[in-house]
Amino acid sequence: MSALPLKVSNLSVSIDDKKLLHEVSFDVAAGERVGFIGGSGSGKTLTALAISGLLPESAKITGSVKLDGKELIGLNESELAQIRGELVGMVFQEPKVALNPLRKLGNQMTEALDAHYTLTRKQRHEAALNLAVRVGLKEPSRITNAYPHEVSGGQRQRAAIAAAISANPGLLLADEPTTALDVTVQQGVIELFRELTTDGSSSLVFITHDLAVLTQIVERIYVFHEGKIVESGSVAEITTRPISRVAKELILAAESETTNKLLEAASFLNEPWEKS
Amino acid sequence: MTVFKAFRMVGQTGKGQFAYTVLGLLILLAAMSYVWLPHDPNYAQGWNAWLPMSLEHPLGTDGSGRDVASRLIAGTRITVLVAVGTGIVSGVIGVVLATAQTLGPKLLREPLAIFIDVLIAFPTLLMAIMFTAVFTGGIPIVIIAVGVGFGVQIARVVRAEMRQILGADYILAARASGVTGFRLLMRHILPNISSVLTVQISLSMGLAILAESGLSYLGFGAPPGVSSWGRMLEETQRYISIHPEVVFWPGFAITLTVLAFYLLGDALRETLDPKLTKKQVLRRTSLGVQG
Repeated sequence: MSALPLKVSNLSVSIDDKKLLHEVSFDVAAGERVGFIGGSGSGKTLTALAISGLLPESAKITGSVKLDGKELIGLNESELAQIRGELVGMVFQEPKVALNPLRKLGNQMTEALDAHYTLTRKQRHEAALNLAVRVGLKEPSRITNAYPHEVSGGQRQRAAIAAAISANPGLLLADEPTTALDVTVQQGVIELFRELTTDGSSSLVFITHDLAVLTQIVERIYVFHEGKIVESGSVAEITTRPISRVAKELILAAESETTNKLLEAASFLNEPWEKS
Repeated sequence: MTVFKAFRMVGQTGKGQFAYTVLGLLILLAAMSYVWLPHDPNYAQGWNAWLPMSLEHPLGTDGSGRDVASRLIAGTRITVLVAVGTGIVSGVIGVVLATAQTLGPKLLREPLAIFIDVLIAFPTLLMAIMFTAVFTGGIPIVIIAVGVGFGVQIARVVRAEMRQILGADYILAARASGVTGFRLLMRHILPNISSVLTVQISLSMGLAILAESGLSYLGFGAPPGVSSWGRMLEETQRYISIHPEVVFWPGFAITLTVLAFYLLGDALRETLDPKLTKKQVLRRTSLGVQG
């Protein structure tokens, strides 16, 4: 599957007569990597869920979402299911709860493949092993046979990413995939996303509230605030000449966080070894 | 935790060992009854009535001279049949109703909830009596009636659990992979409610035995030719002041079996419920001893 362009125009979402997303418009070119940034409740995740049609039934959606020219708003559940996993892959924030605790990782990694194609047991097992290698999981055969609680947080997130890319979707939606991970593991996952999308095989929408993370992955940034896009531009534009108050605050936060991380690292080095 | 693992862990607790022993014995006796019985359970010899315990009749004979031990062992067939039958019927009804209410068409959900509440308002035993009155007695009717009665109660518990699981991120993630409908139910929802379902079914199996005995005692359950513990109670209860030992055995068997199912359900719940920590279980037990 080659990368797919996404064009969203005037997308509004309201739940229980409360408007949560106000006429959001943006586009992602084929193979482009775009970042959404904003605080909690700013509508980033809501936008991603609206694109994949995963909002609750009570949500009212207006506007247009065009994936490769095909309108997604107004499709019914079974038509959407055809698109999910095959054309649009999704990675969630917390791999601990985004993986079924009672299913082996190998089965969960190939879920989308199995939903869209007919595979034999053996083919599925091989696909799981290949995917495990592709997302940089060491000991693929152990991990594909393990349950989620038997592997580490970073391994879980890699498995979740494998599940999202298993059917080679043309668009990858990553909803805060690094937030729940600690700093060292975070870096590995960021690099994995870069690897997976540099060859232009899929477009990427990367959602986060951490500007420092975003600058390492994406080319363009949309800043969300209270259900609206308040600013957009290239990474360089946003980081050097922010216009909106939100963007300025985010930059300050990223800077102070970097300082904190450095301080943290320094204090770790100072700790006496006997303590552990 | 998977259900199989929970069953293994239950075997390490006192309650679990008791339950497994009693239920194992029950199944063994039921299987044995098809191959060998000390006497024909329906062979009446008037001249042998009310015989005391002996080698020939280990538990004595009843007022018609029938061997009590043989009737007790033959009665395990009905007990096992009713327990397993009700377990299956109530489990299927519970899951189907709960699924229809959570995943079914929106128009169906509210009426179904009301329907279930109405059925729950009927006492199960009363409903069973109504069923048997309409369709004449018999074990299949008892199983269906009691199964429906417990099934709607299970549906209510399972529905709550399902709704909680439907809100979980892994369901969203599975849907994001293109999994929907039946596949979502079989692979992601049912395995995660299986622990709750198992506990509920084991409790309803115990209650079903009690209900069958009650119905047989009232004459709605097992037909006359069939040995059933409830029927044995009914036939001998008039002589309780003269021959209490004969009345004791079926009553004891019923109590022991129902207790075993209850303790199994209890032990399963303690193993599967993450909210009950070991400390709480211990505290509760010690309080139980004092009180």
